[in-house]
Amino acid sequence: MTNSINDIAEAKAFFIIGSNTTETHPVIGYRIRRACKNGAALIVADPRRTKIAENADVFLQLRPGTNAALILGMAKVILDENLHNLDFIKARTEGFEEYAAELRKIDLEEMAKITGVEAEKIARAARIYAENDPAAILYTMGITQHTSGTDNVMALAGLATMTGNLGKRGGGVNPLRGQNNVQGACDTGALPNVFPGYQPVSSPEANKKFSEAYGAKIPDKPGIQMTKMFTAALEGNLKGLYIMGENPVVSEPDICKIQNALEKFDLVVVQDLFFTETADYADVVLPAASFAEKEGTFVNTERRVQRGRKAVNAPGEAKSDFEILCELGQKLGLKGFDFTDPAEAMQEIAELNPKWKGITYERLEHGGLNWPCLDEHHPGTPILYGEKFLRESGKALFKAVTYQPPQETQDKDYPLIMTTGRSLYHYHTGTMTRKSDGLVELHEMEKVMISKEDAERLGLKEDDKVRLTSRRGEVVAGVKPVRELKEGTIFMTFHFAESCANQLTNSALDPVSGIPELKVCAVKMEKI
Amino acid sequence: MLKLTINGLEVEVENGSTVLDAAKKAGIYIPTLCYHPDLPTFGGCRICMVDTDGKIVTACRAPVKDGMVVKTDTEEVRQIRMANVELILASHNKDCQSCSRNNTCQLQEISAFVGITSERMKRIRRSVEAVKVDDSNPFFHRDHTKCVLCGICIRTCEEINGVSALDFAFRGFHTKVSVLGDKPIKDSKCESCGECLVRCPTGALYRTEPEVPEREVESVCTYCGVGCGIKLGVRGEKVVQVTGNKESTVNHGDLCVKGRFGFDFINHPDRLKTPLIKKSGIFTEASWDEALAFIADKMKDIKDKHGADALAGISSARCTNEENYMFQKLIRSMGTNNVDHCARL
Repeated sequence: MTNSINDIAEAKAFFIIGSNTTETHPVIGYRIRRACKNGAALIVADPRRTKIAENADVFLQLRPGTNAALILGMAKVILDENLHNLDFIKARTEGFEEYAAELRKIDLEEMAKITGVEAEKIARAARIYAENDPAAILYTMGITQHTSGTDNVMALAGLATMTGNLGKRGGGVNPLRGQNNVQGACDTGALPNVFPGYQPVSSPEANKKFSEAYGAKIPDKPGIQMTKMFTAALEGNLKGLYIMGENPVVSEPDICKIQNALEKFDLVVVQDLFFTETADYADVVLPAASFAEKEGTFVNTERRVQRGRKAVNAPGEAKSDFEILCELGQKLGLKGFDFTDPAEAMQEIAELNPKWKGITYERLEHGGLNWPCLDEHHPGTPILYGEKFLRESGKALFKAVTYQPPQETQDKDYPLIMTTGRSLYHYHTGTMTRKSDGLVELHEMEKVMISKEDAERLGLKEDDKVRLTSRRGEVVAGVKPVRELKEGTIFMTFHFAESCANQLTNSALDPVSGIPELKVCAVKMEKI
Repeated sequence: MLKLTINGLEVEVENGSTVLDAAKKAGIYIPTLCYHPDLPTFGGCRICMVDTDGKIVTACRAPVKDGMVVKTDTEEVRQIRMANVELILASHNKDCQSCSRNNTCQLQEISAFVGITSERMKRIRRSVEAVKVDDSNPFFHRDHTKCVLCGICIRTCEEINGVSALDFAFRGFHTKVSVLGDKPIKDSKCESCGECLVRCPTGALYRTEPEVPEREVESVCTYCGVGCGIKLGVRGEKVVQVTGNKESTVNHGDLCVKGRFGFDFINHPDRLKTPLIKKSGIFTEASWDEALAFIADKMKDIKDKHGADALAGISSARCTNEENYMFQKLIRSMGTNNVDHCARL
């Protein structure tokens, strides 16, 4: 997030797109509902009428995969009606003329046709967003998990920049991060192209710094993205895979492909709390401690580094991932793995990542710190870009994007579009939440949501069993006819391995970020 | 700032303060039941009655005026409070010992303060109507015989999480807290967050797993990216309860259903407890030394035969920063950048 969670209370308007906020980030959902009660305006855009849509002033029920068309339509209205912030554009940005020239070419009616949302509604949403100051954008995977994910985010950034909603309280472009430490995993360099602190592996300076610090020769060529590792294995280019705390056999798109790929490796290590679906494919399975059984830090969605603490001992011989990695590193004869305490690793991170230079365990003892935190007295940075942007000129650069349709659309063989997401009661592949009898009682099994119209056409009622087929696989699940979906769209969670939505999903990737198009795939449904 | 006296003590408070705020500031106890600091005041329980300049008012809703004279313990105040507490107790379940809130119940505290005696109780006690406990929710139940109709749960559901699943239903003696259509709570729009449960002043709303922790450890919730501050309640070697950390600037104590109740996995019997190595297709238990040596040898072997770029590692958005850091350090120290995690999933 460019802004902080506490900022939410200060927004005069919200534009929530592709985020089922009250189910996936419930406590932020509470904040939004409270802010709306106190008078903030709310625009919600989603293919499904999610719970947060009930609080919306304008609800835009767009077709899956048409986000950019909707956002560009809004930007077009803002430009045409002179609702953009010229002072901000002049003082803090570059490239607006080219961006505006591209926007002028856009036909709002065409965007309405693509998205399935009336032009007047798009215009109303645009006015609400632009006329309320400050206005915050919140999004999640509904924006990013598309072959056009990067463009979607760029389009949102354009909207926030042209209205001057960056670098101030209550504004911002705020991706709500899905997992407790997805931000931290990125920040600490668990990415193929960057070292900790987003220092490119291809930068000679950064590469030298890390190669020296680690006493190893680290290549300057970026590694393989996770979503491409399985293809690489199928092509025979990868032989060993170490998987820590992941369950790709349920969470990756196009599961059959993942299963085939896992069988190709000479070595697969799985390190987890439970014997997951992925563990079946392992050569070695290592028992790991849970968060409650170890010390360490996590970064939340607002870039806040916070301490987790050990409450109980790990069961049996299970060890923390930290201990395991230190021991393995030593067994491999690598340098710098003789740590006994995670605080020592944090010290090393702070030395190598300038954005975390001021972060120490002592400072985290009472509450967290939002990075960038540049030295030991720096208070942290809850809001980014207050004075300048990260480019050399210090100015934001507008970049025009065009709408690209999703890779798969309906046809006569696969007449429905499936989109996926989470339920309030479960988390990801259910490894943890499905161990709770109570959570299981509240949401026991997959029930594919289908519009009342489609259900009627297919002769389906609640709990009927159906077979869903896509170009990649098939699953069997129950159904639930709902009013929340438009005809032609169905919704499935990805929590239930026995009705695994990812047997069906498309592994087509965004060319820049490598994110798969998990939110749009064409399927057919038959009653069984 | 405004000046007033409470029971002869001079108190100075900010404009807009209530008499209850002023009493709190002065350290003077005024019993309350329907008041909760997180919620707008309601003034429904009539327990906080005080005398302000000769007028009997509810302290929680009375704004302080400059020069006000407040008396919290006059004979008249005592009588009114006593009557109001007795009215609540008259139809309240009397089995305190088996109640999970025994000793932490606000009604007990108030009864002791106003001076309810067993003699008086004998006189006022009506038989309590048998009302079925709503046991539909797996995490908390509602016992109407312990409900004092303070409305805190209703206001919590409306003000804290904005769900508004609850309201008062029926009238007079039959008034109760219920959901739309008086259905079991599980069949309502309740999101099971338990925010009402933690604010209930009595045992009307109670956890289905009522184990009381013996110590608490501050941590961060392990589910989504909000990063709510939590306290892990430990008894023996088990995490038995999770509560929201009020001190956290992220969630200010609020939690969702998973964050409050979804922690059975920690103590679950299916947890992996020993390293396993697949031998002729069958997983067999191994020592750490054996398992790590096996992995290290294989990794070196692959590197020697196919080069470091034949190795790859998938790190985890569920692990700590230090663990992710060490993971990428390990893979990179092997001589490849083939390290990533599930950020895209």
